[in-house]
Amino acid sequence: MDKYRCTVCGYIYDPAIGDPTASISAGTPFDKLPDNWVCPECGAPKDMFEKV
Amino acid sequence: MRPVEIKKGVYWVGVVDWNIRTFHGNTYSTKRGTTYNSYLIIDEKVTLIDGVPGSFAGEQIGRIREIVPVEKIDYIVVNHIEPDHSGGLPELMKLCPKAKLFGTAKSKEGLARMYYTDWGLQAVKTGDKLNIGKRNLTFIEAPMIHWPDSMFTYCAEEELLLPNDAFGQHYATSERFDDETDQCALMDEAGKYYANILWPLGGMIARKIDEILKMNISIKMIAPSHGIIWRRDPMKIINSYISWTKNETRPKVVVIFETMWGSTDMMARKITEGLTDGGVEVKLFDITRSDRSEVNSQMLDAKCFVFGSSTHDNGMLSTMAGFLEFLNGLKPKGRIGAAFGSYGWAGGAVPALENFFKEAGIEQALPSIAVKYIPDENELKRCYEMGVELAKKITGKA
Repeated sequence: MDKYRCTVCGYIYDPAIGDPTASISAGTPFDKLPDNWVCPECGAPKDMFEKV
Repeated sequence: MRPVEIKKGVYWVGVVDWNIRTFHGNTYSTKRGTTYNSYLIIDEKVTLIDGVPGSFAGEQIGRIREIVPVEKIDYIVVNHIEPDHSGGLPELMKLCPKAKLFGTAKSKEGLARMYYTDWGLQAVKTGDKLNIGKRNLTFIEAPMIHWPDSMFTYCAEEELLLPNDAFGQHYATSERFDDETDQCALMDEAGKYYANILWPLGGMIARKIDEILKMNISIKMIAPSHGIIWRRDPMKIINSYISWTKNETRPKVVVIFETMWGSTDMMARKITEGLTDGGVEVKLFDITRSDRSEVNSQMLDAKCFVFGSSTHDNGMLSTMAGFLEFLNGLKPKGRIGAAFGSYGWAGGAVPALENFFKEAGIEQALPSIAVKYIPDENELKRCYEMGVELAKKITGKA
């Protein structure tokens, strides 16, 4: 599964880890994240991420 | 008030909002009011940068008319679409429908959603230049400082940076420049602005400042979208921002509590006495009677946060909980903390506060103090000692 990088702050979304701060379980691919999910570091919306 | 010429041919055409007392809904108290700064450049292409809220559109248009007929505006630069900067656009665009708008792609998307009108905004990226005659404007995207659409505009010929909400202050004044106004009030408001709006974005702000400094451009004037224009010492605010983004602190403690029957209040005052006698600066707030945004700004340079609450329904009291929700969003880093509180039978407030420290990444410096019903002499002594011990830890004398 692809990792995605926040173009604003550089945070990397790793599907293997998920996002515990938003109760996103490990194994969740980026495109399955809810539309209102935001970068846990800077709050940037999903469309400001790019595939690494 | 006449427009103010801030550089030859560059005019302040904003408005002063003397009596606004809350901002961003009720999240930010604006006891000194605010200003919405807008700038008009008279060149071959008449260019307006930044805007005002809808309720002030008429006043802004009147100020522009003192210089040039509004219909003559060729370009409008939208550095940020938040309603306090874009609200006046619909009225303005009625008067100059052919004016060309520039902003980021996110700004285009946001304006369409806010006003349901297509003004044909041209999306620009970092490094894009716009020639307006003798002058060139360079755009610098600044996403998430503090909205996705945010952008800075730089004019090399004037050595002028227009960073919109960055470096601003909610501060209504009859003066326009940093060398004309009360320095204490100015820096107080600049810090409050950073603490309440920009604090969680420190990492990005640090990178953006670095990026701008590396562009090796000369900045003689910083004209933000709120408050005072920095012309005597623009590096003063840049250096303050650099310090804040590093989360630099001083030996200062902020004690914040909520009490039900006075026990937690007694404890808070004893801890504060201990801290004072320990030689550190302390601020004590009963959060139910304090202005949250003022408290936040006191926390910006404090090394240590001490939180107290009585137990209510097995948890902490709700005003305290609400305050911590706000604080958590500000993501303070590099702080230490301590917790205290009172309870009747089962105590839930202190564990809830400890849990907050854990989740917020604030290191608990000392064991908490929880007191049943009313603190006795020994327990008050323990509170005092907690203050003294914390002071030692902060000053490195422990």
